[in-house]
Amino acid sequence: MKITGAQSLIKSLEAQGVEVIFGLPGGAILPVYDPIIDSTIRHILVRHEQGAGHMAEGYAQATGRPGVAMVTSGPGATNIVTPISNAYMDSIPLVVITGQVPTGAIGTDAFQECDITGITQGITKHNWLITDVEDIPTVIAEAFYVATTGRPGPVLVDFPKDIAQTEVEWVEPPTFDELDLPGYHPQLDGDPALVEAAAALMAEALQPVLYVGGGILKARGAEALLALAETTGIPVVTTLMARGAFPDSHELCLGMPGMHGNYTAITAMQEADLLVSLGARFDDRVTGRLDAFAPKAKIVHVDIDPAELNKVRRADVGIVGDARRVTEALAAASRTKAQADRSAWSATLSGWQERYPLTFEPAEEGQALKPQAVIEALAAHSPADTIVVAGVGQHQMWAAQHWSYETPYTWINSGGAGTMGFAVPGAIGAKVGEPSRTVWGIDGDGCFQMTAQELVTARVEGIPVKIAILNNSYLGMVRQWQEMFYEERYSEVYLTPDLPNFVMLAEAMGCVGIRVDRPEDVVPAIERANAINDRPVVIDFRTDASEKVFPMVPAGASNSDVVVHPTQREGA
Amino acid sequence: MMAEPFSGTTEHTPVTHHILSVLVENKAGVLSRIAGLFSRRGFNIFSLAVAPAAEDERFSRLTIVVDAESAPIAQVVGQLNKLINVVEIRAMRPEEAAERELLLATVAVGEAGRGGLLHHVAHAGASIVDFSDDSVTVSLAGTPAAVDAFERHLEASYASVEVQRTGRVALPRLNPPA
Repeated sequence: MKITGAQSLIKSLEAQGVEVIFGLPGGAILPVYDPIIDSTIRHILVRHEQGAGHMAEGYAQATGRPGVAMVTSGPGATNIVTPISNAYMDSIPLVVITGQVPTGAIGTDAFQECDITGITQGITKHNWLITDVEDIPTVIAEAFYVATTGRPGPVLVDFPKDIAQTEVEWVEPPTFDELDLPGYHPQLDGDPALVEAAAALMAEALQPVLYVGGGILKARGAEALLALAETTGIPVVTTLMARGAFPDSHELCLGMPGMHGNYTAITAMQEADLLVSLGARFDDRVTGRLDAFAPKAKIVHVDIDPAELNKVRRADVGIVGDARRVTEALAAASRTKAQADRSAWSATLSGWQERYPLTFEPAEEGQALKPQAVIEALAAHSPADTIVVAGVGQHQMWAAQHWSYETPYTWINSGGAGTMGFAVPGAIGAKVGEPSRTVWGIDGDGCFQMTAQELVTARVEGIPVKIAILNNSYLGMVRQWQEMFYEERYSEVYLTPDLPNFVMLAEAMGCVGIRVDRPEDVVPAIERANAINDRPVVIDFRTDASEKVFPMVPAGASNSDVVVHPTQREGA
Repeated sequence: MMAEPFSGTTEHTPVTHHILSVLVENKAGVLSRIAGLFSRRGFNIFSLAVAPAAEDERFSRLTIVVDAESAPIAQVVGQLNKLINVVEIRAMRPEEAAERELLLATVAVGEAGRGGLLHHVAHAGASIVDFSDDSVTVSLAGTPAAVDAFERHLEASYASVEVQRTGRVALPRLNPPA
């Protein structure tokens, strides 16, 4: 059967099980948009290509399946560079198809030409420029295999227009096992001797901590983690990328470490005699000043990416392998080992938890809303399996801190890249992947204005997400740094609270818009929003601009110098 | 597939460079991927030589000489291994490697100086590859140290010397020092 290259591409995507593509057509990708009409794949037409990328990421984070985005050449391709970088930093399986000018025009500065494989070389696991129509099924299979296996990540396939228009005999794509990738062999099982050595270190440690990162979620390893924690009795911290991997309500859960982690999680790592890192990478936001980080701790480091071992902190036992498989092996090896008496450690941790809980001062009569109180109300009045998708900044930190995450894949955000504007499209993608669940995007007023136009996409495509804007009329995190470290010299951070009028903007995009100024209106607004399921809802919560995120480890400071909430400081 | 990257060498013996023998797939852009990786990770390359691999035409072999000061070798190897087109990496310390390099040099020398040049060439084991009335092009293949010495000698002895070196190629020594 002869088909075009464009048809071959769509059939190849269908063969990989793709159910949805987020995209926006243009000249070079135009031939591929014709067979989409006849395909089983749903296409979601975005308003800006960045939206397509973040939607695909939200979809992937919520479902565990690769997200797929398709855009045209030139500016279409460069507009999706930010999501690709985001996916690279957070190890999200993302497959991006870009149109390209015809092969004969490549290198001539043709209309809407850009070297997108060159541009994305450093922010993709791999990318391909298709130069032969017969390669399409194989390249697409390779792209999905590379994106989803090993340490997941973004890949890009650049697809010249003439290849799309060339006829070819359809050949079924190879299975993953049949692919010829001699340089790519992810190692899944940990070395048993190293697992044994790690389990022995764990058993004898007096002040150990399980330091759990996003890799445990990528590996679908939450159950294995619970078993390991309960088998060994070792307490758990969950990084920003791992919120939900371990239930916040569990007695062994210490919560989030890092720059805005809670005191106990930060200090437990700092005072630990053993850190068992499962799918985490000693990010600077977690370690603080590196040469002062966890000075007494031996390190067990489990990662599927061999290059992560010893990259930042030397590992005493470094285990290459899938986080779930190695965690299961560690649990099995621990079952036969008596654990050291850690009652003193438990008492120390409980003492810190009691002395330094996450805290904020409630709003007094007539004051603006407290952002932390809004998050807590959202959590209390939304279904237990609600998916939270955050942007980047203060609201993100409060959402990570003040929402109690009990199950995996209920928290999605932009961690490594810190991409402002992630929340709205990220929430839309999550809702597409999990249509029966409530999805709350928690956003700032600065972030919201970067990608808000995708709410038009959400309304048109019938994707009823809910967006809570914590509107403090500032680029709040930058404001916080200027207040604390630049002597309150506020430079270019004031956004004005009433422009745009968020209610009118929401309504102009076909959403329900609600504004909340008073504490007593918070819960009714949330309940009203949760009852609306036929269109997106935006709530403009007017929050207190003077609120800051605490605790805080100032940039470059040691984690031992964590700054707690003013009410918890000495003499307070 | 990959040789064990050695670790901790710089703690014991001062090593200024490491040699990587890297087998890569002959795919478009593979050199750019490697060069880009070195630049974005802040690894310094002293030299890089590429040629088709004798054993299989689908592959090429690169010899990369890396500044050992710029990054731990295990990290360089780890990051290189993440490139999908990199098939195999062998990391060697200088004493573990048999290294060779080729130099071409065009020396401006008239009739009068030729005898002296021919003497140097013979002494170094170099050869004449081209000549004209006022210049001679010589070549020398040898250890990096021998090539360095020959180059220094030419530059010290003649007013105008144009040098092109290939960068090192290397294979593991068959009887490495213990």
